[in-house]
Amino acid sequence: LRKNVEDFTGPRERSDLGFVTFDITADILNGKNGLQPFWNKNTLSIFDWNVKQLFLYLSAEYSTKNNALNQVVLWDKIMLRGDNPRLYLKDMKSKYFFFDDGNGLKGNRNITLTLSWNVVPNAGILPLVTGSGHVSVPFPDTYETTKSY
Amino acid sequence: AALRHGSGWPRSGGIRGGTAMDLFGDLRRMNKRQLYYQVLNFAMIVSSALMIWKGLIVVTGSESPIVVVLSGSMEPAFHRGDLLFLTNFHDDPIRAGEIVVFKVEGRDIPIVHRVIKVHERGNGNIKFLTKGDNNEVDDRGLYKEGQNWLEKKDVVGRARGFLPYVGMVTIIMNDYPKFKYALLAVMGAYVLLKREA
Repeated sequence: LRKNVEDFTGPRERSDLGFVTFDITADILNGKNGLQPFWNKNTLSIFDWNVKQLFLYLSAEYSTKNNALNQVVLWDKIMLRGDNPRLYLKDMKSKYFFFDDGNGLKGNRNITLTLSWNVVPNAGILPLVTGSGHVSVPFPDTYETTKSY
Repeated sequence: AALRHGSGWPRSGGIRGGTAMDLFGDLRRMNKRQLYYQVLNFAMIVSSALMIWKGLIVVTGSESPIVVVLSGSMEPAFHRGDLLFLTNFHDDPIRAGEIVVFKVEGRDIPIVHRVIKVHERGNGNIKFLTKGDNNEVDDRGLYKEGQNWLEKKDVVGRARGFLPYVGMVTIIMNDYPKFKYALLAVMGAYVLLKREA
């Protein structure tokens, strides 16, 4: 699971707005049984008979002066049973505006991006699973006003 | 069994035959004691059901531990008529990606959507934003006038498990009240007249 990002920030009204571009390379294996042999491409182990779909989302987690914990979902995707469980996305822009509640993005060195997913069964429990691997993104100290997104 | 086919069963003139007339015949036959017994039986069933429901409320911490999905805003995960099981433990923090059921202040109908933004202060104060998976925009348009965030107090519970289709019965009963009354009447009649051999 790997992500690479570049980023810049801009103030909108009174809150910081961050822009992040990212690549996602992910192979959604069954978290419990990480020893699945990689050549066994037919084993979609997370998609067993009771899994209807996975709701994947990329969230940015960070703290600011105002708020001890912030989580913003930047991007999501629905992966239905039968879809390719391997993700290989490049140069994705965030689907949703990355507003902070205040001005906590400027100069914030430690924004952690994590990929997680919600397993939606045909019937039963709805677990939330966090993927292993995450990326830390620093935001610059200055605002950019000229870059277009 | 012996009671039904005994002799001396009062028969009045007019329409006979058919199960309905037999039932009314039975009702007239029952003496007061049996009637009280049946009513108590019925009351016990109702009380047990209520106890189970209240027990669920206590155990899950949610005021409404089982809810029916009413709209298609969370498709393809949940469809209208699906049943959701909720918990609302006080110590469980609200986190992005979770599916929450919340009520907008002033509105009765709970909404099932996903949390997409969370801002939590050091003192435990959380404010969050939700969006339906199947909606283009976030829920700000659904909140109260001027309200931009939801808080813990708006939450009815977090979806922990689900069963498809089962909730359809509730929706049908809501949309067709005659069906609801018919069902209740049949259930009531059955319970009142059921004999324990």
